[in-house]
Amino acid sequence: MMTWLVVGTETIFFLALIMGFIYFAYYPGFDPKSVGLLEPVQTGAFTALLLASSLTYWRVEVNFKQGKQKPLRIWLIITLALGATFLAGQLMEYKHLFDQQLVISQGTFATGFFTLTGFHGLHVLIGLICLLVVLCLAFLGDFENSDSSLIQAVGIYWHFVDVVWIIVFALVYILPQFINLHGHVSTP
Amino acid sequence: MITDIEVPEPLSPLPGTNIDTDQGLLQWISSVDHKQLGIMYLLMALFYLLVGGAMALLMRIQLMVPENHFLGAIAYNQLFTMHGTTMIFFVLTPAILGFSVYLTPLMIGANEMAFPRLNAFGLWISFFGGIVLYFSYLAGGAPDTGWFNYAPLNQAQFSKTPGVDYYCIGLLLTGIGTVATAANLIVTVITLRAEGMKYKYLPVFVWMVFINSFLILAAFPSLNAALVMLLIDRQLDGHFFNVNTGGSALLWQHLFWLFGHPEVYIVILPPFGILSEVIQVYSRKPIFGYPFVVGSGIAISLLAFGVWIHHMFATGMGNTVNSFFAASSMLIGIPTGVKIFNWLGTMYGGSIRFTTSMLFATAFLVEFTIGGLSGVSFAIVPIDWQLTDTYYVVAHLHYVFLGGSLFGLFAGLFYWFPKMTGRMIDERLGKWFFWLFVLGFNLTFFVQHILGAIGMPRRVHTYPDLPGFEPLNMISSIGALLMGLSMMPFLYLMYTAFKGGKRAPDNPWDGYTLEWLATSPPQLKSFSNIPPIMSFRPLHDLNHPEIGDHKTTEDDKYGTKDDDVVSGRD
Ligand code: HEM
Ligand SMILES: [Cu+2]
Repeated sequence: MMTWLVVGTETIFFLALIMGFIYFAYYPGFDPKSVGLLEPVQTGAFTALLLASSLTYWRVEVNFKQGKQKPLRIWLIITLALGATFLAGQLMEYKHLFDQQLVISQGTFATGFFTLTGFHGLHVLIGLICLLVVLCLAFLGDFENSDSSLIQAVGIYWHFVDVVWIIVFALVYILPQFINLHGHVSTP
Repeated sequence: MITDIEVPEPLSPLPGTNIDTDQGLLQWISSVDHKQLGIMYLLMALFYLLVGGAMALLMRIQLMVPENHFLGAIAYNQLFTMHGTTMIFFVLTPAILGFSVYLTPLMIGANEMAFPRLNAFGLWISFFGGIVLYFSYLAGGAPDTGWFNYAPLNQAQFSKTPGVDYYCIGLLLTGIGTVATAANLIVTVITLRAEGMKYKYLPVFVWMVFINSFLILAAFPSLNAALVMLLIDRQLDGHFFNVNTGGSALLWQHLFWLFGHPEVYIVILPPFGILSEVIQVYSRKPIFGYPFVVGSGIAISLLAFGVWIHHMFATGMGNTVNSFFAASSMLIGIPTGVKIFNWLGTMYGGSIRFTTSMLFATAFLVEFTIGGLSGVSFAIVPIDWQLTDTYYVVAHLHYVFLGGSLFGLFAGLFYWFPKMTGRMIDERLGKWFFWLFVLGFNLTFFVQHILGAIGMPRRVHTYPDLPGFEPLNMISSIGALLMGLSMMPFLYLMYTAFKGGKRAPDNPWDGYTLEWLATSPPQLKSFSNIPPIMSFRPLHDLNHPEIGDHKTTEDDKYGTKDDDVVSGRD
């Protein structure tokens, strides 16, 4: 229940950030240069990995309910690996953007972009730490015959982080491409 | 016969709680006991009340006469910012949380909060938030942008001292603590109610805390997001609120008031709850219209999110927006009015005992109504355009914050003091304090309505010698000094009560709710057994079995039927 409440407030927090982003990016129109620097395909691939991690975590939950320890651990490791890869991908992207001189102080788009994706990244990191704790506990045999709600709680959080990313990805990477295609702002 | 219900022990003993209570300071600092944490919250609020009050006195001395040079502009700006921020985030908020964490478990018949360690975390991180905020004085200058910290004034190029950065970090820390405690309270109410404590039997105070916690969870994130954005602006050259580079100053106002308006209800709902308990017990009657008291609380919390624009009527949002929010603001008056009538209905025909606590509760009804009426006058857009940013707003907000929230908190303090400390207070001294405080309060703020109407702007460190300005400001300052003076009997009263007050019995006021079942002060483990709960006044049922609520029909229970008076008690 606690997790639901936490997720609830976090949702509102992200809503505020997302509104901020829309306010600056959509209303005045996009800066095509900044948008052009993003790579939706590459990020799309990493997005797929993050989504997959939600599926693998679902397997963790199923195995936990059935009390199967070994698959539980394996799926946990896979989940962790997928999440970590996503985060690494985000760092790579940031580095790439920095190389192209797109930094947070570049303009309103960049400020909104880095804040939004950065905070999501932070949440992924927190999720990874939680998963790591769960993994350690799993290897210590904590879930063998317990009625712990930890796995479920972490699960709610992890799925939440995923859902947020889907929205962010659509807003930041996908939609602007279409708006540009229609020449909304690409005309000088 | 009445059979007791066992209260389950917490599953495993928690660190810090299995030591004896009398182990001094270290025990307090490491405590995870909700009663100790509640008291520490209250002490924190009291401490900051004195600090913030001292600041207010300095400001009123500066404003006593026109063209005064006592403080100067810079110091004055810092003072009014720190005063407002302190009072809202470090006095009222901790005080309501203090009562909430102290009383909620006791009132629902539980021995602890759902997450005791999280509870301690919430207190301490709030406390450090306050320290961070005040550290700004040493770090080059306190924030001087008002408690609402409007953009673009809050931007690095306009406020050059690091004060605003400390404001952001300090409030973020408290914000996190507040959200954590709110979530904790919700889980506590949902999962730890004693057997038989149905939702319809929750004490009104617990209902208000419960509703309030949802309000906190929904309101604080927008403040936190705004603070984070502002930090990014200031530290990383971001552009959220920087109008010169495409940012928006209005966005700050939206995010801030989307938090700020609910916040004013966050600090008033628990005092509403306190008032409901106090008035019931001292009028010897069950609250009049329990479902309406609870329902209007829920209505207020929902409406609170639909009215934030009324703080922004003067920003040029357009007539459609303004009319919509004017209408929604006036709607809030309805559930608030319902509550006032419920309390009056409870007092009507009751046998009232005017203890200090009850005096504060009664004064609350008067002052809060005045504050509510000036609030409704603001909801009328043209009036708002005329009065916004004048002393009329200052008068309004003090009538609701002080005359409302703080009076309610005082009523609660005097009501539960015997329970918390095991000592009675000296009622005679309490009444001195009350009358001095109320007199000072009304002197200070009533004339500010007039000052505002004749055009004195707020947030100015001095004013020209216009007709009427000097005498009214003088009266206001004298009132403020009187209020400051009234702190003397208050502190003396607290001190003497602690030192040598009369021992308090477990249930000195013949209260209705479960906390009075515990010893005064409660043991580390508050309850081992509680009576069966069959109404929202379980202790009343237990102490007066012949006229217990569960024996009356539903209609009688919510009506005006006065069992104690009928039976000749009190
Ligand atoms: C019937 C209920 C209320 C209504 C209709 C109402 C309406 C308003 C309006 C329209 C304003 C804007 C004034 C302006 O700046 O032009 C205002 C300001 C304010 N209100 Fe209320 N109010 C109500 C109750 C409350 C309560 C319960 C509190 C606090 C416990 C409160 C605290 C404040 C504060 C602090 C401000 C000033 C904000 C600032 O610093 O600019 N109000 N109110
Ligand atoms: Cu408001």
